[in-house]
Amino acid sequence: MTVDASRGAEAPPELVQLLTPEGERVEHPDYDIDLKPEEVRSLYRDLVLVRRIDLEAVALQRQGELGIWASLLGQEAAQIGSGRALTDADMAFPTYREHGVAWCRDVDPVKLLGLFRGVNHGGWDPREHNFHLYTIVIGSQTLHAVGYAMGIQRDDASAAAIAYFGDGATSQGDVNESFIWASVFNAPIVFFCQNNQWAISEPLEKQTRIPLYRRASGFGFPGVRVDGNDVFACLAVTRQALKNAREGQGPTLIEAFTYRMGAHTTTDDPTRYRVASELEAWKLKDPIERVKSYLFKNELADQAFIESVEAEADQLGADLRRRCLAMPDPQPLDMFDHVYAEPHPLIDEERAQFAAYLEGFRD
Amino acid sequence: MTVLSLSKALNEGMRKAMEDDPKVLIMGEDVGKLGGVFRVTDGLQKDFGEDRVIDTPLAESGIIGTAIGLALRGYRPVCEIQFDGFVFPAADQIITQLAKMPMRSLGAIKLPVVVRIPCGGGIGAVEHHSESPEAYFTHTAGLRVVACSNPADAYVMIQQAIRSDDPVIFFEPKRRYWEKADIDTGSTDWWTPLDKGRVVRPGTDVTLLAYGPMVKTCLEAAKAAEDDGRSLEVIDLRSLNPLDAPLVMDSVRRTGRVVVVHEAPVNSGFGAELAARITEQCFYHLESPVLRVGGFSTPYPPSKLEEYYLPDLDRVLDAVDRAFGY
Repeated sequence: MTVDASRGAEAPPELVQLLTPEGERVEHPDYDIDLKPEEVRSLYRDLVLVRRIDLEAVALQRQGELGIWASLLGQEAAQIGSGRALTDADMAFPTYREHGVAWCRDVDPVKLLGLFRGVNHGGWDPREHNFHLYTIVIGSQTLHAVGYAMGIQRDDASAAAIAYFGDGATSQGDVNESFIWASVFNAPIVFFCQNNQWAISEPLEKQTRIPLYRRASGFGFPGVRVDGNDVFACLAVTRQALKNAREGQGPTLIEAFTYRMGAHTTTDDPTRYRVASELEAWKLKDPIERVKSYLFKNELADQAFIESVEAEADQLGADLRRRCLAMPDPQPLDMFDHVYAEPHPLIDEERAQFAAYLEGFRD
Repeated sequence: MTVLSLSKALNEGMRKAMEDDPKVLIMGEDVGKLGGVFRVTDGLQKDFGEDRVIDTPLAESGIIGTAIGLALRGYRPVCEIQFDGFVFPAADQIITQLAKMPMRSLGAIKLPVVVRIPCGGGIGAVEHHSESPEAYFTHTAGLRVVACSNPADAYVMIQQAIRSDDPVIFFEPKRRYWEKADIDTGSTDWWTPLDKGRVVRPGTDVTLLAYGPMVKTCLEAAKAAEDDGRSLEVIDLRSLNPLDAPLVMDSVRRTGRVVVVHEAPVNSGFGAELAARITEQCFYHLESPVLRVGGFSTPYPPSKLEEYYLPDLDRVLDAVDRAFGY
């Protein structure tokens, strides 16, 4: 059987865009946003800083300081735009790539490194910043987000949950179940799919025959595709979807149409499965360059501002590196901690036996 | 004292838990108006409303996954998996998320989720309605795994499971749902802690280790063995993870012979764990190897054959005979 790869997922993107790749502000009939100059500069700063966090983490992995890293390169606008749309009361459920959303939630970036350095499996308190732990099994967190949203409903609270996932996750049963749950319970949730075109080496055509945002209609709620490299559009669309959710209008699926510029993780080799011309085409849509162009064209910032953000990024990178290297290794007996909330005799027995065994090596 | 069937005892236990704590929720397929296919949740939706007794879409992973989310928001969900063989679609959420998330958070998160699973055979059901999946869950760190065997324990243990801050896999012996007993619902003085087993019949010659539906079978075997002049001690383990090892080892040291009885296949079953632990801790007290009686290394058979597959009084007594043959 031959498959026409030009249809479905390859259809021309019908997307919400408020800022063109050239930095021109454009209007959209359904979505608009009125950003003050300092807000635009603040978004630009976020984009640059999270890119630097990411680059520093990749470098740390290359130098053997992290076991692995999942880079967000190219997805900064999707994460900062959606992340900045959240209020303090909203709860975010990330995958393992949402470093930019974590930044928006004020999670200390060094905390993100712990998982990848192998000192813990997560390690931050999700309630502290309403930013859940990274979930590695693909799509599992979407159900947690819906359940949390059902809790918001029962609390009669003015809040929403947002579930992040990628294009590959849309093939998972859990993601489809989460769509059903959200729909039939009218849960206050936003599904934020970063369609970065590749699930490791599997292209989008291996996940879907229709544009992903159109899946939502089959589950009974709206879907919208946004230019995932346009931070203005991501902010406007997510803000509206969250507002709808908080006001009892149920879920929205947002498909942020973007591109993973780097590897899936540092163990991946994208040159094996994708062509260089694709990467070159997406470089022209860079999420940071277009905001910079907009700032210059509208005389909202000067070179001194750009340089000050660069200097801040340099400092952030150096600080992250220093604190990563200073992160203490866990102690052997730590692995027995927090397995259970209540006392557990088997854990106590094994901890004591292993402690005695280790003690035998002491002089 | 109140006479209650095991299913009604669970129902009363859940009702009590819901009255005591407004954060307790019931969720699952058909748990509302129908009261569950075994009627264990009968009447709860009528009294507590649809927001607390949640009829869910038909998807087990969704039930557990959303229960985790509700627990993250401070609720205490009690999930019903309709039949043992249907827990596998939920296995990922139970094993990779429910069990592990508290440790992932370094203890910041507690997940007080109860997963109720009617388990085991003996009711003439079709495929996937008669299985004993406990070993999959006892093998998973982060879960507590318990099995009730009688109405009084069902009433007590479900309330303790709901109160536990850890996730609890709660096995209910479906073929015992209709058996009745007197329960003192007015006092908690007689309650056994959730992680403790109990000697349900004292004896001196052989220790029978059982849980869930096999406890009654073992009690019948012990009664029959009495006629042969053999004194069998029957232990209802109640909790499989954690195991009440001191209770087991104390009994084995007194009797010197052990037969483990469960419905699940013997190969890599929970009995293997018991045999290994007993051998490690009581080797010099043993008069014979730890013997196991259980299902075969086959899928659970069609119901016309289940009487051959399930351990019965004769197969237990046969193993007791073998224990005396060493």
